[in-house]
Amino acid sequence: MQQLSTRHLLGIKGLTESDIQLVFETADNFKEVLNRPIKKVPSLRDITIANVFFENSTRTKLSFELAEKRLSADVVNFASGSSSVKKGETLIDTVNNILAMKVDMVVMRHSSPGAPHFLSRHIRANIINAGDGTHEHPTQALLDAFSIRERLGDVAGKKVAIIGDILHSRVALSNIFCLQKLGAEVMVCGPLTLMPRHVAALGVKVEHDVFKALQWCDVANVLRIQMERQQIKYFPSLREYSLYYGINRRLLNRLNKEIVIMHPGPINRGVELNSDVADSENAIILQQVENGVAVRMAVLYLLASVK
Amino acid sequence: MQKRLVLDQTQISIIISRFCHQLIENHDDFENTVLLGLQPRGAMVLDRIVQRMREIHPSPLKYGYLDATFHRDDFRRRDIPLKANETRIEFLIENKKVILVDDVLYKGRSVRAAMDAMIAYGRPLKVELMVLIDRKYTRDFPIKPNYYGRQVNTLESQYVSVEWQSQGYAEDAIWITEKESK
Repeated sequence: MQQLSTRHLLGIKGLTESDIQLVFETADNFKEVLNRPIKKVPSLRDITIANVFFENSTRTKLSFELAEKRLSADVVNFASGSSSVKKGETLIDTVNNILAMKVDMVVMRHSSPGAPHFLSRHIRANIINAGDGTHEHPTQALLDAFSIRERLGDVAGKKVAIIGDILHSRVALSNIFCLQKLGAEVMVCGPLTLMPRHVAALGVKVEHDVFKALQWCDVANVLRIQMERQQIKYFPSLREYSLYYGINRRLLNRLNKEIVIMHPGPINRGVELNSDVADSENAIILQQVENGVAVRMAVLYLLASVK
Repeated sequence: MQKRLVLDQTQISIIISRFCHQLIENHDDFENTVLLGLQPRGAMVLDRIVQRMREIHPSPLKYGYLDATFHRDDFRRRDIPLKANETRIEFLIENKKVILVDDVLYKGRSVRAAMDAMIAYGRPLKVELMVLIDRKYTRDFPIKPNYYGRQVNTLESQYVSVEWQSQGYAEDAIWITEKESK
């Protein structure tokens, strides 16, 4: 009989370790629900949830929508491309208008870091951050840690290397917070130009040689090169990035140990991850997607129960 | 502290044996019958029934544990939310006779939620309810047990607590206590 210490999920930074464990335990139960012939429970049948996406998303939006529908919530979707945002409406006005239609929870993705925090100070509904710029993506970190726990039994004491575009990645920051709260050791690895300047201050190891990172870790979480956020060139070419940081079967064979490969998707095959790794036994990429629905169901259910 | 013993270890054991014999009488070789223990406390009653049944009846028994937390009607209406428990049902109940097992039948709301949750595993042929304690005249729903261990008259201010040796108590016992002194 526990509940979350917060009524919004704005980032992992604001969660306690027991909050995260509660999400995991609840997600275990929802994972079982998802394997039933009828994959639906009536818990949120009197709740309306707005998915407000100011930035493109395929799997996160789909995963949230599925989680909401599996919980029997009423769902309204909003995409900024076809909305009045284009006509100059402010964020608060947009969301207040949605709330005037009696919405209880808002799942929001926005390109500005801190947008959900701002919103949570001005409106009454529960806010769930589905990614705010290069800041946090809490549900992704929760499902990543949940998947590690599922594969390796526990997160505490495990060594996790986050490899790739750390500078532009909200997944990296949320993962660092989440894994550290659960007692894992974290390393970030990538080219110098894609590494935030003071990243070591977060208590993570920093490595620029991908082979050394793979040798060190139990789990490699490989990130996508986010071309859409790169205004300037951070490396000479994708081909060169792939040569130095791409993970392929030959590299894994040199390790003399088995490691778990994760990727938050979408994969740039042949750039950060080769198909012979992405489709191998080491990869739990599709399990991550499956767990994403269960973890998001847990988050929605637990937030809805906080008075 | 006001506390009254309803059933002691011997009486519980006799009731469990009686339950087994009643089930054998009504369900023959259990070919088309499954038992579902309602989490968390009905699971312990079910475990005792399964244990006793192994001693007296050769046919294999199909059973599982059902958690109805996500189907309850008091979600967001309680001060502290209930924590879900594991559901473990490795079969479908389509066209099966289902016996729901719980420890105490009070308002009937848990059983209503359980029947709702159960439907996710198929359309049962028939559903029966088996409880150790039936608190009379307290129901909010039209629910009645097919098998009960003991019927008791209780007040709103009272609580029926079931203690099992497997949980670390000295012996199995069922008590009626005042809620304040619980």
